[in-house]
Amino acid sequence: MIRRRQVLAGGLAAPFVAKAQARARVVVVGGGFGGATAARFLRRYDPALDVTLLEPNTVFTVCPFSNLVIAGGRDFAAQRFGYDAVRAEGVAVVHAAATTIDTAARTVMAANGTRYPYDRLVLSPGIDIVWSGLAGYDEAAASKMPHAWKAGEQTLLLRRQLEAMPDGGTVVMSVPPNPYRCPPGPYERASLIAWYLTKHKPKSKILVLDAKDAFSKQKLFQAAWKQLYPGLLEWVSLSDGGKVTRVDPASLTFETEFGSHKADVGIVVPPQRAGAIAAGAGVADRSGWCPIDPMTFESRLVPGIHVIGDAAIAGAMPKSAFAANAQAKVCAAAVVSLLNGKKPDEPRLINTCYSLVAPEYGISVAGVYRPANGVLADIEGAGGTSPPDAPAEQRIQEAMFGEQWFATITAEVFG
Amino acid sequence: MVRVLINVPKQVFRSIPFEVKVLISHPMESGQRRDQVGQAIPRDIINHFVCTLDGETVLDADFFPAISANPFLAFSVVAEKSGILALTFVDDQGVTQTETVAVNVA
Repeated sequence: MIRRRQVLAGGLAAPFVAKAQARARVVVVGGGFGGATAARFLRRYDPALDVTLLEPNTVFTVCPFSNLVIAGGRDFAAQRFGYDAVRAEGVAVVHAAATTIDTAARTVMAANGTRYPYDRLVLSPGIDIVWSGLAGYDEAAASKMPHAWKAGEQTLLLRRQLEAMPDGGTVVMSVPPNPYRCPPGPYERASLIAWYLTKHKPKSKILVLDAKDAFSKQKLFQAAWKQLYPGLLEWVSLSDGGKVTRVDPASLTFETEFGSHKADVGIVVPPQRAGAIAAGAGVADRSGWCPIDPMTFESRLVPGIHVIGDAAIAGAMPKSAFAANAQAKVCAAAVVSLLNGKKPDEPRLINTCYSLVAPEYGISVAGVYRPANGVLADIEGAGGTSPPDAPAEQRIQEAMFGEQWFATITAEVFG
Repeated sequence: MVRVLINVPKQVFRSIPFEVKVLISHPMESGQRRDQVGQAIPRDIINHFVCTLDGETVLDADFFPAISANPFLAFSVVAEKSGILALTFVDDQGVTQTETVAVNVA
C-alpha cells in the first residue's frame, strides 16, 4: 500500500486516498491451468482480495488428452471448459486479452479498452510459437502442416488430415530442441497416431524427426513402440540426422541437413517461447522464457510480477498442466503472504505426467521439487517413472490413473 | 565402424565453394566424467579428422575433448573437376575409418 501511495503521489493524491484503503488487487493474465488455479486459490487464501482474471476465450480448450482426440479415441468436447466455477469463487473473470502492461504505474491494459490496476500481477500466458524459429514455418504454413500444440481448431485440423490420408501414407512429425511445452507430448502423439494407423491404415507409417537424442520416458516409449508398432513408427534422433532445418508447406516436405522427407500428413512441433505479453512486460529474458524466484514465482526482472506455468523457467520442473497447477498454488500463497507483509514459506512442488502409448497403455513420470541455489531442483530419490517390465495390467491401470488425473485437475481448475 | 552421414550438393560448380556437411555418431567421451562407482571413464574421442579431394588434403583438423558427442561438421570446399571426397578420422582407440562420396562438377 505504501508503495502505491508513493508511486501515485502528486496530482492523483487526493482521489487516491480513498482507494489506498481498498482491498488489495491482484490481476491474473491467462485462464489456463496456471492462471485459473492461481485466481481461485488467491481468493481461497485471502477472501478479501480483489482478483481479476483476464482470458480472451469464454471456453478454454485444454491440451492434456488432446493427442487422443487427434487419434480419434476421444471426443473434442471433453477438452472444453468454461469459467462459471471460477466466477463463483469470487474472481472477476473478464474475457479480454491483456495487451500491454505498464510496470511503473502497475496497470494492465486489456483489449476491451479497460485499464486494470494491480498491487501484484500474476502472468500465466502459456506459450507462443516462434514463427521465425523454423525456416518455412509461419502462420499460413500451420494450416497445411498443423502444430496442434495449442489445443483447439489445430487439433481438429490434424484429426481431419489423418482421416483423409489414404492407407499407405506417411505421417512426418518434426520435434524441436528443448525447452517446449509438454516434453513427452510429441512421443505420446506419435504413439497414438501409430495406434490409429495400426487400426485403420495399417500400410501407413509415421516418421518422427527429432532435434534431440534423448527425451522424457524414452526407454518406456521405445519398448512399447517395439511391442505395439513394429515397423510402423520410426524415430530419427539428432545424431541420426533427425534435426529438421526447413519445411515446405506447399509440398509437405521436411528438410534435414542430410536429406528430405515428403509427407502425406506433416506435423510440426514448432519452437516456442513464453506468451507474447511476457516479453511485452519485460519479464522474459533472451531465451524467450521468464526467470523467476522459485520461492514466490516473482519475476527476476520486474518486481511485483509473478510468472507461472509454461512461460516460467522453473528449473527441473517440466512445462506441464500439472506443474502449472502446482506452481499456481505456491504462487497464490506467496502473493497473499507478500501482500500481508509476511515471509512466504519454502514450497515443495510435485509434477506427475501420464502419457498414453495406446488408449489402454499408460506410462508415467513423477518428480518432487524444491528451491535450491535459486532454482527449482529435483529432490533426488523422490518420484520416478513406471517400471520398464511391468505387466499389461499395470499399463492399463496407469492409463486409468491418467484419466482420473484429468478428471481431478480439470474439476479443481474449472469445475 | 560408426555411422557417418555425409551431404554434398548433387551438383557443384567449378571454382565455386560448396558446403560439405558431416554427422558422425561417436560418443566423444571427454575423459572428465566418472561412472557410478567413481571410476574415471577413459577418454575416447575422435582426435584427428582429414578431408581429401582426389587425394589432395582440403581440411585437416585436430579434435579436442570439448567437442560434443556425435559431432556435426560443416565446411566449404572448392573443386576444379569431378572427383572423390574422402573423410578419414581416427579415435583414441586407434580406430581409423574412411568414408567417401563422389563430387560431380557441372
